Amino acid sequence: MINHIDLTGVLRRTVCDLYSDLVTRPTGAAVRDGIEKQLAELGERSLTVIDFSHVRLLDYSCADEIVAKLLIRYAPADDETEPPRDAYFVFRGVNEYHLDAIETVLERHGLAIVAERDAGEVDLIGAVGEAERRAWDALCRVGKLGAAGLARELGITPDAAERVLERLRRRRLAMRLEECWVAVGAAQ
Amino acid sequence: MTAVINLPPSLDDRTFEQVLEQLAPVPAEEKVLVDARHTRWASPYGLTALLTLAQTRAEKPGLIAPDAAETASYWARAGFFEHAEPLFEITGHVPRARGGESDVLLEITPVGKSDDVHEVVGRIQSKSHAILVKELNLDAKATMGFAMTLSEACQNIVEHAGRGGWVAVQTYTWKKRLGRRVVVIAVCDAGIGFRRSLESAHGRRLDERWGDGRALEEAVLRGVSRFADPGRGQGLAGVRRYIGRWQGKLSIRSGTARIAIVPDWDEDLPLEEKLPNFPGAQIQITIPEHREAR
Repeated sequence: MINHIDLTGVLRRTVCDLYSDLVTRPTGAAVRDGIEKQLAELGERSLTVIDFSHVRLLDYSCADEIVAKLLIRYAPADDETEPPRDAYFVFRGVNEYHLDAIETVLERHGLAIVAERDAGEVDLIGAVGEAERRAWDALCRVGKLGAAGLARELGITPDAAERVLERLRRRRLAMRLEECWVAVGAAQ
Repeated sequence: MTAVINLPPSLDDRTFEQVLEQLAPVPAEEKVLVDARHTRWASPYGLTALLTLAQTRAEKPGLIAPDAAETASYWARAGFFEHAEPLFEITGHVPRARGGESDVLLEITPVGKSDDVHEVVGRIQSKSHAILVKELNLDAKATMGFAMTLSEACQNIVEHAGRGGWVAVQTYTWKKRLGRRVVVIAVCDAGIGFRRSLESAHGRRLDERWGDGRALEEAVLRGVSRFADPGRGQGLAGVRRYIGRWQGKLSIRSGTARIAIVPDWDEDLPLEEKLPNFPGAQIQITIPEHREAR
Protein backbone atom coordinates (compact mmCIF):
# COMPACT_ATOMS: atom_id res chain seq x y z
CA MET A 1 0.00 0.00 0.00
CA ILE A 2 1.22 3.47 -0.85
CA ASN A 3 1.12 6.01 1.93
CA HIS A 4 0.75 9.70 1.05
CA ILE A 5 2.11 12.57 3.14
CA ASP A 6 1.30 16.14 2.10
CA LEU A 7 4.11 18.29 3.52
CA THR A 8 2.01 21.44 3.73
CA GLY A 9 -0.51 19.49 5.80
CA VAL A 10 2.21 18.24 8.13
CA LEU A 11 3.65 21.77 8.37
CA ARG A 12 0.28 23.22 9.32
CA ARG A 13 -0.46 20.48 11.84
CA THR A 14 2.94 20.47 13.50
CA VAL A 15 4.17 24.08 13.29
CA CYS A 16 1.56 26.69 12.33
CA ASP A 17 -1.64 26.49 10.31
CA LEU A 18 -0.81 29.76 8.55
CA TYR A 19 2.53 28.71 7.08
CA SER A 20 3.14 27.38 3.58
CA ASP A 21 6.91 27.87 3.36
CA LEU A 22 9.34 25.22 4.51
CA VAL A 23 12.01 27.42 6.03
CA THR A 24 14.24 27.19 9.13
CA ARG A 25 15.75 24.18 10.89
CA PRO A 26 13.23 23.99 13.74
CA THR A 27 10.41 23.90 11.17
CA GLY A 28 12.18 21.19 9.18
CA ALA A 29 12.85 19.13 12.30
CA ALA A 30 9.18 19.42 13.38
CA VAL A 31 7.95 18.36 9.94
CA ARG A 32 10.37 15.40 9.84
CA ASP A 33 9.15 14.36 13.27
CA GLY A 34 5.58 14.51 11.93
CA ILE A 35 6.56 12.32 8.96
CA GLU A 36 8.28 9.78 11.22
CA LYS A 37 5.21 9.55 13.46
CA GLN A 38 3.13 8.64 10.40
CA LEU A 39 5.74 6.13 9.25
CA ALA A 40 5.70 4.48 12.68
CA GLU A 41 2.03 3.63 12.17
CA LEU A 42 2.75 1.77 8.93
CA GLY A 43 3.83 -1.81 8.49
CA GLU A 44 7.38 -3.10 8.43
CA ARG A 45 7.68 -2.33 4.73
CA SER A 46 6.18 0.86 3.26
CA LEU A 47 6.30 3.08 0.23
CA THR A 48 5.52 6.69 1.05
CA VAL A 49 4.88 9.55 -1.35
CA ILE A 50 6.16 12.74 0.26
CA ASP A 51 4.32 15.51 -1.53
CA PHE A 52 5.89 18.93 -2.10
CA SER A 53 3.13 20.05 -4.50
CA HIS A 54 1.74 22.75 -2.21
CA VAL A 55 5.07 23.86 -0.76
CA ARG A 56 5.86 27.38 -1.97
CA LEU A 57 9.41 27.81 -0.70
CA LEU A 58 11.99 25.34 0.58
CA ASP A 59 15.27 26.60 1.97
CA TYR A 60 18.53 24.66 2.48
CA SER A 61 18.05 24.25 6.23
CA CYS A 62 14.61 22.76 5.83
CA ALA A 63 15.69 20.55 2.92
CA ASP A 64 18.50 19.22 5.09
CA GLU A 65 16.19 18.51 8.02
CA ILE A 66 13.35 16.97 6.02
CA VAL A 67 14.91 15.21 3.04
CA ALA A 68 18.50 14.50 4.04
CA LYS A 69 17.95 13.53 7.68
CA LEU A 70 14.96 11.37 6.82
CA LEU A 71 17.07 9.46 4.30
CA ILE A 72 20.07 9.21 6.61
CA ARG A 73 17.81 7.45 9.10
CA TYR A 74 16.18 5.07 6.64
CA ALA A 75 19.10 4.62 4.23
CA PRO A 76 22.17 4.50 6.47
CA ALA A 77 25.47 4.86 4.63
CA ASP A 78 27.22 1.98 6.42
CA ASP A 79 26.34 -1.68 5.96
CA GLU A 80 26.15 -2.41 9.71
CA THR A 81 23.37 0.01 10.67
CA GLU A 82 19.89 -1.32 10.09
CA PRO A 83 17.14 1.24 9.44
CA PRO A 84 14.17 1.31 11.87
CA ARG A 85 11.94 -0.13 9.14
CA ASP A 86 12.00 -1.01 5.46
CA ALA A 87 10.71 2.34 4.24
CA TYR A 88 10.91 3.68 0.68
CA PHE A 89 10.08 7.16 -0.53
CA VAL A 90 9.02 8.99 -3.67
CA PHE A 91 9.22 12.79 -3.48
CA ARG A 92 6.33 14.21 -5.51
CA GLY A 93 5.77 17.75 -6.80
CA VAL A 94 9.44 18.70 -6.69
CA ASN A 95 9.61 21.81 -8.86
CA GLU A 96 12.57 23.81 -10.10
CA TYR A 97 12.37 26.10 -7.06
CA HIS A 98 12.71 23.18 -4.65
CA LEU A 99 15.35 21.42 -6.68
CA ASP A 100 18.31 23.65 -5.86
CA ALA A 101 17.95 23.13 -2.10
CA ILE A 102 17.21 19.40 -2.37
CA GLU A 103 20.07 18.66 -4.78
CA THR A 104 22.49 20.65 -2.64
CA VAL A 105 21.73 18.77 0.57
CA LEU A 106 21.70 15.38 -1.17
CA GLU A 107 25.11 16.00 -2.75
CA ARG A 108 26.48 17.18 0.58
CA HIS A 109 25.50 13.93 2.30
CA GLY A 110 26.07 11.61 -0.69
CA LEU A 111 22.35 10.72 -0.81
CA ALA A 112 19.86 10.28 -3.65
CA ILE A 113 16.09 10.24 -3.99
CA VAL A 114 13.43 9.30 -6.49
CA ALA A 115 11.65 12.52 -7.43
CA GLU A 116 8.42 12.83 -9.34
CA ARG A 117 8.44 16.18 -11.10
CA ASP A 118 5.48 18.43 -11.89
CA ALA A 119 4.88 16.69 -15.23
CA GLY A 120 4.74 13.28 -13.55
CA GLU A 121 8.00 11.78 -14.79
CA VAL A 122 10.26 10.18 -12.20
CA ASP A 123 14.00 10.72 -11.96
CA LEU A 124 16.89 10.09 -9.62
CA ILE A 125 18.37 13.22 -8.13
CA GLY A 126 21.35 13.66 -5.85
CA ALA A 127 24.57 11.67 -5.66
CA VAL A 128 24.11 8.75 -8.05
CA GLY A 129 26.90 6.79 -9.73
CA GLU A 130 26.78 5.81 -13.39
CA ALA A 131 26.28 2.09 -12.63
CA GLU A 132 23.44 2.84 -10.19
CA ARG A 133 21.71 5.11 -12.66
CA ARG A 134 21.97 2.57 -15.49
CA ALA A 135 20.60 -0.17 -13.24
CA TRP A 136 17.73 1.99 -11.98
CA ASP A 137 16.87 3.05 -15.56
CA ALA A 138 16.85 -0.62 -16.62
CA LEU A 139 14.51 -1.50 -13.74
CA CYS A 140 12.18 1.35 -14.75
CA ARG A 141 12.25 0.24 -18.39
CA VAL A 142 11.71 -3.48 -17.80
CA GLY A 143 9.62 -3.29 -14.64
CA LYS A 144 11.05 -6.16 -12.59
CA LEU A 145 14.44 -7.83 -12.85
CA GLY A 146 16.58 -10.36 -11.06
CA ALA A 147 20.37 -10.09 -10.94
CA ALA A 148 20.77 -12.35 -13.97
CA GLY A 149 18.24 -10.34 -15.96
CA LEU A 150 19.92 -7.06 -15.09
CA ALA A 151 23.31 -8.55 -15.98
CA ARG A 152 21.97 -9.44 -19.44
CA GLU A 153 20.30 -6.05 -19.82
CA LEU A 154 23.46 -4.10 -19.00
CA GLY A 155 26.12 -6.51 -20.24
CA ILE A 156 27.72 -6.93 -16.82
CA THR A 157 28.46 -9.97 -14.66
CA PRO A 158 25.68 -11.37 -12.40
CA ASP A 159 27.86 -10.58 -9.36
CA ALA A 160 28.20 -6.94 -10.44
CA ALA A 161 24.45 -6.81 -11.07
CA GLU A 162 23.72 -8.26 -7.61
CA ARG A 163 26.02 -5.68 -5.99
CA VAL A 164 24.47 -2.69 -7.75
CA LEU A 165 20.93 -3.92 -7.00
CA GLU A 166 21.82 -4.34 -3.34
CA ARG A 167 23.30 -0.82 -3.30
CA LEU A 168 20.08 0.55 -4.80
CA ARG A 169 18.07 -1.31 -2.16
CA ARG A 170 20.18 0.03 0.70
CA ARG A 171 19.85 3.53 -0.71
CA ARG A 172 16.03 3.13 -0.89
CA LEU A 173 16.04 3.51 -4.67
CA ALA A 174 14.96 -0.06 -5.48
CA MET A 175 12.82 -2.55 -3.60
CA ARG A 176 13.50 -6.30 -3.41
CA LEU A 177 10.52 -8.57 -4.04
CA GLU A 178 11.72 -12.12 -3.35
CA GLU A 179 14.33 -12.80 -6.08
CA CYS A 180 13.54 -9.69 -8.12
CA TRP A 181 14.00 -5.97 -7.76
CA VAL A 182 11.74 -3.07 -8.84
CA ALA A 183 12.67 0.59 -9.11
CA VAL A 184 11.08 2.78 -6.48
CA GLY A 185 8.82 5.22 -8.29
CA ALA A 186 8.35 3.08 -11.36
CA ALA A 187 5.45 0.98 -10.15
CA GLN A 188 3.39 3.21 -7.87
CA MET B 1 30.39 62.40 30.55
CA THR B 2 28.72 61.85 27.17
CA ALA B 3 30.64 61.00 24.01
CA VAL B 4 29.16 62.46 20.83
CA ILE B 5 29.19 60.14 17.81
CA ASN B 6 28.60 62.01 14.57
CA LEU B 7 26.87 60.11 11.80
CA PRO B 8 28.16 60.79 8.27
CA PRO B 9 25.88 62.44 5.67
CA SER B 10 25.52 59.10 3.92
CA LEU B 11 25.27 56.12 6.26
CA ASP B 12 26.01 52.73 4.67
CA ASP B 13 28.16 49.66 5.26
CA ARG B 14 31.39 51.55 4.42
CA THR B 15 30.71 54.81 6.24
CA PHE B 16 29.43 52.94 9.30
CA GLU B 17 33.12 52.20 9.90
CA GLN B 18 33.56 55.93 10.69
CA VAL B 19 30.91 55.51 13.39
CA LEU B 20 32.72 52.50 14.84
CA GLU B 21 36.07 54.34 14.77
CA GLN B 22 34.51 57.10 16.87
CA LEU B 23 32.94 54.53 19.18
CA ALA B 24 36.07 52.39 19.65
CA PRO B 25 37.77 54.50 22.36
CA VAL B 26 34.53 55.01 24.32
CA PRO B 27 34.08 52.52 27.18
CA ALA B 28 30.86 50.46 26.90
CA GLU B 29 29.47 51.93 30.13
CA GLU B 30 29.95 55.53 29.00
CA LYS B 31 26.92 57.36 27.66
CA VAL B 32 26.95 58.17 23.94
CA LEU B 33 24.92 60.60 21.92
CA VAL B 34 24.48 59.66 18.28
CA ASP B 35 24.10 62.81 16.22
CA ALA B 36 22.21 62.16 12.97
CA ARG B 37 21.33 65.78 12.27
CA HIS B 38 23.47 66.01 9.14
CA THR B 39 22.67 62.59 7.77
CA ARG B 40 20.75 62.78 4.52
CA TRP B 41 20.65 59.14 3.45
CA ALA B 42 20.96 55.74 5.10
CA SER B 43 21.07 52.24 3.65
CA PRO B 44 19.24 49.29 5.28
CA TYR B 45 22.64 48.28 6.67
CA GLY B 46 23.18 51.73 8.18
CA LEU B 47 19.80 51.74 9.91
CA THR B 48 19.88 48.18 11.20
CA ALA B 49 23.50 48.50 12.36
CA LEU B 50 22.54 51.67 14.21
CA LEU B 51 19.94 49.71 16.16
CA THR B 52 22.52 47.06 17.08
CA LEU B 53 24.89 49.81 18.21
CA ALA B 54 22.34 50.79 20.85
CA GLN B 55 22.19 47.16 22.03
CA THR B 56 25.92 47.20 22.76
CA ARG B 57 25.78 50.12 25.19
CA ALA B 58 25.39 49.69 28.95
CA GLU B 59 23.49 52.98 29.19
CA LYS B 60 20.69 53.92 26.80
CA PRO B 61 22.29 56.17 24.18
CA GLY B 62 20.86 59.44 22.93
CA LEU B 63 19.95 59.98 19.28
CA ILE B 64 19.33 63.28 17.56
CA ALA B 65 17.06 62.65 14.57
CA PRO B 66 18.04 63.89 11.10
CA ASP B 67 17.35 67.58 10.43
CA ALA B 68 16.17 66.93 6.88
CA ALA B 69 12.44 66.27 6.94
CA GLU B 70 12.71 63.98 3.93
CA THR B 71 15.38 61.85 5.61
CA ALA B 72 13.52 61.61 8.91
CA SER B 73 10.36 60.75 7.03
CA TYR B 74 12.13 57.95 5.18
CA TRP B 75 13.61 56.57 8.42
CA ALA B 76 10.11 56.53 9.85
CA ARG B 77 8.68 54.74 6.80
CA ALA B 78 11.49 52.19 6.95
CA GLY B 79 10.43 51.41 10.51
CA PHE B 80 13.60 52.75 12.13
CA PHE B 81 12.07 54.99 14.77
CA GLU B 82 9.56 52.33 15.82
CA HIS B 83 12.43 50.02 16.81
CA ALA B 84 14.77 52.83 17.93
CA GLU B 85 12.37 54.26 20.49
CA PRO B 86 12.95 51.60 23.17
CA LEU B 87 16.71 51.64 22.49
CA PHE B 88 17.56 55.36 22.23
CA GLU B 89 16.53 58.57 23.97
CA ILE B 90 15.48 60.33 20.81
CA THR B 91 15.44 64.09 20.41
CA GLY B 92 14.59 66.16 17.36
CA HIS B 93 11.60 65.78 15.07
CA VAL B 94 10.37 62.21 14.68
CA PRO B 95 7.71 62.02 11.98
CA ARG B 96 4.95 59.45 12.06
CA ALA B 97 5.40 56.52 9.72
CA ARG B 98 3.18 56.64 6.65
CA GLY B 99 2.77 53.94 4.02
CA GLY B 100 3.27 54.17 0.31
CA GLU B 101 7.05 53.70 0.17
CA SER B 102 7.51 51.51 -2.88
CA ASP B 103 11.29 50.98 -2.61
CA VAL B 104 11.13 49.55 0.92
CA LEU B 105 10.63 45.87 0.22
CA LEU B 106 10.77 44.95 3.88
CA GLU B 107 10.65 47.48 6.68
CA ILE B 108 13.10 46.98 9.53
CA THR B 109 11.87 43.80 11.19
CA PRO B 110 13.13 42.15 14.37
CA VAL B 111 14.47 38.60 14.05
CA GLY B 112 15.06 36.42 17.07
CA LYS B 113 13.27 33.15 16.52
CA SER B 114 12.21 30.75 13.79
CA ASP B 115 8.68 32.25 13.57
CA ASP B 116 10.18 35.64 12.70
CA VAL B 117 11.90 34.07 9.68
CA HIS B 118 8.56 32.66 8.49
CA GLU B 119 7.03 36.12 8.86
CA VAL B 120 9.88 37.79 6.94
CA VAL B 121 9.86 35.23 4.13
CA GLY B 122 6.08 35.38 3.79
CA ARG B 123 6.07 39.18 3.58
CA ILE B 124 8.96 39.44 1.12
CA GLN B 125 7.48 36.99 -1.37
CA SER B 126 4.31 38.97 -1.79
CA LYS B 127 6.23 42.17 -2.56
CA SER B 128 9.47 41.13 -4.19
CA HIS B 129 8.38 39.35 -7.37
CA ALA B 130 7.26 42.42 -9.29
CA ILE B 131 10.26 44.48 -8.27
CA LEU B 132 12.89 41.80 -8.91
CA VAL B 133 11.48 40.78 -12.27
CA LYS B 134 10.16 44.08 -13.64
CA GLU B 135 12.55 46.60 -12.15
CA LEU B 136 15.75 44.62 -11.71
CA ASN B 137 15.23 42.50 -14.80
CA LEU B 138 15.98 39.28 -12.93
CA ASP B 139 14.63 35.91 -13.99
CA ALA B 140 11.39 34.81 -12.26
CA LYS B 141 13.49 32.05 -10.62
CA ALA B 142 15.42 34.75 -8.79
CA THR B 143 12.42 35.54 -6.62
CA MET B 144 12.40 32.20 -4.83
CA GLY B 145 16.18 32.21 -4.52
CA PHE B 146 15.96 35.70 -3.06
CA ALA B 147 13.52 34.54 -0.38
CA MET B 148 15.74 31.52 0.37
CA THR B 149 18.76 33.81 0.68
CA LEU B 150 16.87 36.08 3.03
CA SER B 151 15.75 33.08 5.07
CA GLU B 152 19.27 31.70 5.46
CA ALA B 153 20.74 35.12 6.33
CA CYS B 154 18.08 35.64 9.02
CA GLN B 155 18.67 32.15 10.40
CA ASN B 156 22.24 33.17 11.11
CA ILE B 157 20.76 35.27 13.92
CA VAL B 158 18.37 32.57 15.14
CA GLU B 159 20.99 29.81 15.14
CA HIS B 160 24.15 31.62 16.18
CA ALA B 161 23.76 35.15 17.53
CA GLY B 162 22.37 34.37 20.97
CA ARG B 163 20.24 37.53 20.87
CA GLY B 164 17.82 39.17 18.48
CA GLY B 165 18.71 41.38 15.55
CA TRP B 166 17.06 43.10 12.60
CA VAL B 167 16.55 42.63 8.90
CA ALA B 168 15.60 45.16 6.23
CA VAL B 169 15.32 45.02 2.44
CA GLN B 170 15.24 47.94 0.07
CA THR B 171 15.76 48.76 -3.60
CA TYR B 172 17.43 51.93 -4.75
CA THR B 173 19.49 53.32 -7.60
CA TRP B 174 23.17 53.08 -6.78
CA LYS B 175 24.34 56.01 -8.84
CA LYS B 176 27.93 56.47 -7.64
CA ARG B 177 29.28 52.95 -7.56
CA LEU B 178 27.19 51.13 -10.10
CA GLY B 179 24.85 53.45 -11.97
CA ARG B 180 21.92 51.06 -11.79
CA ARG B 181 19.28 49.79 -9.43
CA VAL B 182 20.06 47.31 -6.70
CA VAL B 183 18.15 45.38 -4.09
CA VAL B 184 19.89 45.23 -0.73
CA ILE B 185 19.33 42.90 2.21
CA ALA B 186 20.81 43.89 5.56
CA VAL B 187 20.77 41.51 8.52
CA CYS B 188 22.48 42.86 11.64
CA ASP B 189 22.84 41.60 15.18
CA ALA B 190 24.98 42.38 18.21
CA GLY B 191 25.29 38.77 19.35
CA ILE B 192 28.31 36.57 19.86
CA GLY B 193 29.67 36.86 16.31
CA PHE B 194 31.30 34.26 14.07
CA ARG B 195 34.52 33.76 16.06
CA ARG B 196 32.84 33.00 19.37
CA SER B 197 30.22 30.87 17.67
CA LEU B 198 32.89 28.67 16.06
CA GLU B 199 34.95 28.62 19.26
CA SER B 200 31.97 27.10 21.04
CA ALA B 201 32.32 23.97 18.89
CA HIS B 202 33.45 21.13 21.10
CA GLY B 203 37.03 20.05 20.48
CA ARG B 204 37.81 22.84 18.04
CA ARG B 205 41.58 23.45 17.75
CA LEU B 206 42.66 27.05 17.39
CA ASP B 207 45.93 27.98 15.69
CA GLU B 208 47.97 31.19 15.91
CA ARG B 209 46.11 32.73 12.93
CA TRP B 210 42.78 32.26 14.68
CA GLY B 211 40.70 35.41 15.00
CA ASP B 212 37.63 37.14 13.58
CA GLY B 213 39.00 37.11 10.03
CA ARG B 214 39.84 33.43 10.08
CA ALA B 215 36.45 32.62 11.60
CA LEU B 216 34.72 34.48 8.77
CA GLU B 217 36.84 32.65 6.17
CA GLU B 218 35.99 29.30 7.75
CA ALA B 219 32.26 29.97 7.87
CA VAL B 220 31.77 31.84 4.61
CA LEU B 221 34.33 30.21 2.31
CA ARG B 222 34.49 26.69 3.77
CA GLY B 223 31.00 26.25 5.22
CA VAL B 224 32.28 25.45 8.73
CA SER B 225 29.72 25.61 11.52
CA ARG B 226 29.88 25.23 15.29
CA PHE B 227 27.64 22.17 14.97
CA ALA B 228 29.17 18.74 14.38
CA ASP B 229 26.21 17.87 12.12
CA PRO B 230 27.63 17.62 8.55
CA GLY B 231 24.42 19.15 7.20
CA ARG B 232 25.23 22.45 8.85
CA GLY B 233 26.94 25.34 7.09
CA GLN B 234 24.91 25.01 3.90
CA GLY B 235 22.97 28.23 4.41
CA LEU B 236 25.81 30.65 3.75
CA ALA B 237 27.06 28.40 0.94
CA GLY B 238 23.61 28.72 -0.61
CA VAL B 239 23.74 32.50 -0.22
CA ARG B 240 27.12 32.50 -2.00
CA ARG B 241 25.73 30.44 -4.88
CA TYR B 242 22.77 32.78 -5.24
CA ILE B 243 24.86 35.94 -5.34
CA GLY B 244 27.27 34.26 -7.76
CA ARG B 245 24.38 33.42 -10.10
CA TRP B 246 23.10 37.01 -10.11
CA GLN B 247 26.46 38.83 -9.94
CA GLY B 248 25.65 40.00 -6.45
CA LYS B 249 27.84 40.93 -3.54
CA LEU B 250 27.99 39.52 -0.02
CA SER B 251 29.80 41.21 2.84
CA ILE B 252 29.88 40.15 6.46
CA ARG B 253 31.42 42.11 9.30
CA SER B 254 31.99 40.41 12.62
CA GLY B 255 34.15 41.55 15.52
CA THR B 256 37.26 43.15 14.04
CA ALA B 257 37.05 41.71 10.53
CA ARG B 258 35.00 41.97 7.38
CA ILE B 259 34.85 39.50 4.52
CA ALA B 260 33.38 40.18 1.09
CA ILE B 261 32.56 38.10 -1.95
CA VAL B 262 33.29 40.76 -4.51
CA PRO B 263 31.74 40.79 -8.01
CA ASP B 264 33.39 42.35 -11.08
CA TRP B 265 31.50 45.61 -10.69
CA ASP B 266 32.91 46.35 -7.24
CA GLU B 267 36.41 47.03 -5.89
CA ASP B 268 35.94 46.05 -2.27
CA LEU B 269 38.63 44.15 -0.36
CA PRO B 270 38.01 40.40 0.07
CA LEU B 271 39.12 40.50 3.70
CA GLU B 272 39.78 43.34 6.12
CA GLU B 273 41.14 42.75 9.61
CA LYS B 274 42.04 44.89 12.61
CA LEU B 275 38.91 46.99 12.25
CA PRO B 276 37.37 48.60 15.34
CA ASN B 277 35.71 45.85 17.36
CA PHE B 278 31.93 45.59 17.11
CA PRO B 279 29.95 42.67 18.49
CA GLY B 280 27.78 40.29 16.48
CA ALA B 281 27.50 39.95 12.73
CA GLN B 282 26.41 42.48 10.15
CA ILE B 283 25.51 41.00 6.78
CA GLN B 284 24.80 42.85 3.55
CA ILE B 285 23.69 41.21 0.31
CA THR B 286 23.45 43.32 -2.83
CA ILE B 287 21.84 42.11 -6.06
CA PRO B 288 22.18 44.48 -9.03
CA GLU B 289 19.80 45.12 -11.88
CA HIS B 290 20.56 42.97 -14.92
CA ARG B 291 21.06 44.91 -18.12
CA GLU B 292 22.21 42.24 -20.57
CA ALA B 293 18.72 40.87 -21.17
CA ARG B 294 17.09 44.26 -21.74
